[in-house]
Amino acid sequence: MAPSTANPAAPAASRSARRRKMWGTVAFHGSASLLSVLWLVPIAVVLITATRSFDDIAAHGLGSMPHTFTLGGFRSAWTDGGQQQALINSLLVTIPTVLLSLLLASMAAFALSRYAVPFRRALLLLMLSGNLLPPQILLIPVSKLSEKLGVYDSLYALIGVQVGFGVGFYVFVLHGFMRSIPAEIQQAAVIDGAGPWQIYTRIILPLARPALAALTALSFTWIFNDLLWSITVLRSDSKMPITASLLGLQGQYVSQWNVIAAGSVIAAAPTVIVFLRFQRHFVAGLNLGAVK
Amino acid sequence: MALLTATGSRNGGEGSDAGTGRGRGLGRRLGRRRAATGVPPVVLAFVLVPLLAEGFWVFWPALQGFWLSLTKWDGVSPPQFIGLGNYREMIHDSVFHTALLDTVLWLALFGGLSAILGLGAALLLQQERRGVGFYRAALFLPVVFSLTATALVWQAMYQPDGLVDKTMSGLGLGGLTHPWLADQDTALYAVIVPALWRQIGYVMVLYLAGLKGIDPALYEAAKVDGATRWQQFRHITLPQLSSVNAVVLSVIIIDSLRSFDVVWALTRGGPYHSSELLSTYMYSTSFQSLRLGYGSALAVVIFVLAFGVIASYLVRAFKEAD
Repeated sequence: MAPSTANPAAPAASRSARRRKMWGTVAFHGSASLLSVLWLVPIAVVLITATRSFDDIAAHGLGSMPHTFTLGGFRSAWTDGGQQQALINSLLVTIPTVLLSLLLASMAAFALSRYAVPFRRALLLLMLSGNLLPPQILLIPVSKLSEKLGVYDSLYALIGVQVGFGVGFYVFVLHGFMRSIPAEIQQAAVIDGAGPWQIYTRIILPLARPALAALTALSFTWIFNDLLWSITVLRSDSKMPITASLLGLQGQYVSQWNVIAAGSVIAAAPTVIVFLRFQRHFVAGLNLGAVK
Repeated sequence: MALLTATGSRNGGEGSDAGTGRGRGLGRRLGRRRAATGVPPVVLAFVLVPLLAEGFWVFWPALQGFWLSLTKWDGVSPPQFIGLGNYREMIHDSVFHTALLDTVLWLALFGGLSAILGLGAALLLQQERRGVGFYRAALFLPVVFSLTATALVWQAMYQPDGLVDKTMSGLGLGGLTHPWLADQDTALYAVIVPALWRQIGYVMVLYLAGLKGIDPALYEAAKVDGATRWQQFRHITLPQLSSVNAVVLSVIIIDSLRSFDVVWALTRGGPYHSSELLSTYMYSTSFQSLRLGYGSALAVVIFVLAFGVIASYLVRAFKEAD
């Protein structure tokens, strides 16, 4: 957008100016593609390693060009490595956590942004502050708390702590968004006889859809990628979500790089799909969260 | 108040909805208080339920965490109050010293480099032109990987027969090849690289949004005045980015102090604690050595380091929330 304004009807666009622009373009694409290649090489290496056979890697080394193509690594990771169960666990945790946190957060944000709730600002910041705490301070008490509740080593504990820890941030972001919805819309609804519940479900939630979409994409990734909470409240290998099970895979298949690489690909695939599918929401979400 | 009365009269027939129904019942009982505040009770419930969830899983455990840092506890027998004993122990704990130093190094290197390189990438890719979408996506893609997967990717890169050493030999730098993760002198830096690889795209996105918000007229005016590229950057771009800089700084510091996954997956803090961060030391002390009191005290140290940033972030949020 900048170049169009920076390019007025220059007096006599000389040849040297045009040449300089061309060199600028070449320099740009040269440096940008070099950077992109640098960034994509590790991903390419993993994708290639995942499809090589163990013997190939053992014979030619990890850094060599592939001599084989097989999906055996994926098969090992998926069944023997327990990644299938782990992926199911991940989804069993991630989907309810995302839905529940955004439901709770949108309710609180609605109340705090549309009504004169006493101490609303203090409440908002209190909730946000909980999310900013370093999780380390919570690890020991949370693991003991879940033991006491009898949910230690169950996915419920993981859902509970992830909802509790994440909700403050989502409230803060949604509050900022809902605050900008014009008051007239709500007033019109009140005149038509709508109560808070109707205003919330029929007016504010639909209008907050862009923010909710952004947070859905973002929170899905965060929760799916979590390691620390999983290894804090879970113990059994069969219950671990995919991120934690990668560590198990790393221990189980020491130096079988095709299996480990395949496991990493499986673990990364869902978030990459979400990113590619909802790229715009995703990037919007990152910027929504930034306090200006 | 008008809101609630209206609900009652209009929806009297379809009061099956639990939320509305409860709201109305409570409303009648709390009628007087509601009149004072003007907030329907169902709305208060909207705030209280999430607040209680957070209170239960975050605030209450956090308070316990501070209390536990004053105890000696193995997790089985009851915690034993020892005052500031854990903190006194830290003074003579050489692993703690390493972890603290590494955390500061991590903050400076991981934080500083991701800010500088993220800004650099954003400056390079700020103009909308052909191909820029692809470049941005390439830099951003690792952001969606988990740090654990990132760690495994780079562990393969760092193997003796992996691409890093192979490339170095290919470039005639064979003498520099190294067991990067197994050498005490390089382990920490070898762990920072994957973390940077994943963080730079994120910082870039924050800066791209900031750069987009700068009024192009400022650059026009500067050009008319004959400002060089560098002068434009120094006197327009940087000052205009100050609010984004503040955001990036907070994000980076909070992320740095939380960094755990990538170190844990690559080195577990080793070899010989050479890549130990406070977060990894806290975890192994608590859940492997089962010294829960000392682990809590380490967590409190992390909190204290993060406190300034958290507070300034909240102050900014407070201003914005108005």
